[in-house]
Amino acid sequence: MPLTYDELKAKAVRVRRDSLEMITAAASGHPGGSLSEVEILVALWFRVMRHDPKNPQWAARDRFILSKGHGCPALYSCMAHTGYFDPSTLNTLRKLGSPLQGHPDRRFIPALEASTGSLGNGLSIGIGIAHALKLDKTDARVYVVVGDGECQEGQIWEAAMYAGAHGLDNITLIVDYNKKQLDDMVKHVLPMDPLGGKFAAMNWDVMEIDGHNMQLVVEALEESKKVKGRPTCIVAHTITGKGVSFMENDPKWHGVAPTKEECAKALAELGV
Amino acid sequence: MVREFTIGPATREAYGAALVELGRKNPNVVVLDADLSKSTYTGKFGKEFPDRFFNIGIAEANMVGIAGGLAHSGKIPFCSSFACFLVDKGYDQLRIAVAYPQENVKVVSSHGGISIGEDGPSQQSIEDVALMVTLPGFVVCVPSDAAQARDLVLRAADHKGPVYIRTGRPKVATIYTGGEFPFGKSRQLEDGKDVTIVANGLMVAEALKAHDALKDDGITARVIDSYCVKPLDEEAIISAARDTGALVVAEEHSKIGGLGAMVAQCLAAHFPAPVEQVAVNDTYAESGSPAQLLEKYGLTWKHVVAAARKVLGRKVRPLGNEPPPAGKASESEHHPFEV
Repeated sequence: MPLTYDELKAKAVRVRRDSLEMITAAASGHPGGSLSEVEILVALWFRVMRHDPKNPQWAARDRFILSKGHGCPALYSCMAHTGYFDPSTLNTLRKLGSPLQGHPDRRFIPALEASTGSLGNGLSIGIGIAHALKLDKTDARVYVVVGDGECQEGQIWEAAMYAGAHGLDNITLIVDYNKKQLDDMVKHVLPMDPLGGKFAAMNWDVMEIDGHNMQLVVEALEESKKVKGRPTCIVAHTITGKGVSFMENDPKWHGVAPTKEECAKALAELGV
Repeated sequence: MVREFTIGPATREAYGAALVELGRKNPNVVVLDADLSKSTYTGKFGKEFPDRFFNIGIAEANMVGIAGGLAHSGKIPFCSSFACFLVDKGYDQLRIAVAYPQENVKVVSSHGGISIGEDGPSQQSIEDVALMVTLPGFVVCVPSDAAQARDLVLRAADHKGPVYIRTGRPKVATIYTGGEFPFGKSRQLEDGKDVTIVANGLMVAEALKAHDALKDDGITARVIDSYCVKPLDEEAIISAARDTGALVVAEEHSKIGGLGAMVAQCLAAHFPAPVEQVAVNDTYAESGSPAQLLEKYGLTWKHVVAAARKVLGRKVRPLGNEPPPAGKASESEHHPFEV
């Protein structure tokens, strides 16, 4: 039975709490972009993707790449609660010897499809996987999550042009459009609008949604499976630091860990 | 008298032919190019196996990333372009999508070095070997002729892990008729007791000519084809230092970071001995014919001979021994090991 929207929303609260606790314990990390992507990741890992934590190398599994690798706390939380590792591991984030590296690292978690952290790499790797899946005649899909700031990397557009031109319809790209990057608002650093229009011009099927509306996120992801002859780009409008009032929309929280007091305040806001 | 060689195919041509061989043998071999498939010779594979050939367009970063994804999914991607574009433009991707996760990607460049000639420095790669040897886990090879290039390409397909092979544009001297060239090894082509010349790529033929010229002057040189820069055949290098006491390293690359640097690093750690380099001297070259450029930028057998004479003069010699041949330089220098 697939999880209901209410159950998925509860998972989202869990993942937000985990992310903040992990980053606080590590005393470093990226809370803003970890919180903005939560509904996207929860929808994929708990409902949309075909995967089996007991058989992470299953040939027919859907593939997931977090190209914006700095958002990994939310990914680790999703993987822990879907059964890839013990949730008690989560508090080792960024500690020496932990599989939960500061950015996703396949050497430590073989279930990851890519090691990321240098922005711009994930979509190209996803295209390689998508080509291989088609060569092997499997119907598995590739899901890649990128940031909006990440789309300033030229490689994203090399890859977008290529996937569109080759009609790689087994790729769904989700842009976590949280409007913030490290230095400032995206619009103040290098405006990306019209972001969806850029992908549309490169022959992508584009959907623009509220990236925090769980039902819309799930529906858009399900819809992308039906698109033929073109890759899908879901521009998910999100809010950096979503769920924590003093973090929302503040670029300061891109790459700064909360203090223990700030974390406690944030957890109180999130509830259980 | 220096020997003459039969001129054989370019190493890039051998690569193209070996890819077709591999394609017929192994359905998992796939090939990627960035719009230079006529020059890299990957187009021959593309013609025979269009389903397994991906012309990515002029987008090297994307190409290397895609190769990483294909390798992650069990394919054996060979990915090619000119050395400077493939390595320099794809470097972050070589690092993140290939070296860091140790994906089974084979990176084979063409147009290594300055011998591409007239197109000039923007297309001449003198930095690629240095960049590639610093990536953890990469095997790095520079074949000297077509037979060796073929063997290394076939070997790369069987090897589990990332491999870089640098091929060249011009037709080159035939050194080998066949043979095995395992990674981490080298091939001794001549033996001698006075000096060792370590070379790779088209400098191997020049090293052999230099050997002949030195022999005419009574100097015997060991010649080693160090086709595998990483892992370096340290045993052969250390033995050469022990047996001959002085080395020349010749390569079509910047003198910084390539084979010469690897040899010097090895010797500094294990068996210090004087080393002279025959390489591009930290500069960009220019347009010209390959022969003119190799002459002007110091990459001929005559330059190897001069370097050999120089390094002989720097030899540390046991007390009481006669100075080595052509050892004038050492007589004017006070070496700390002499009284």
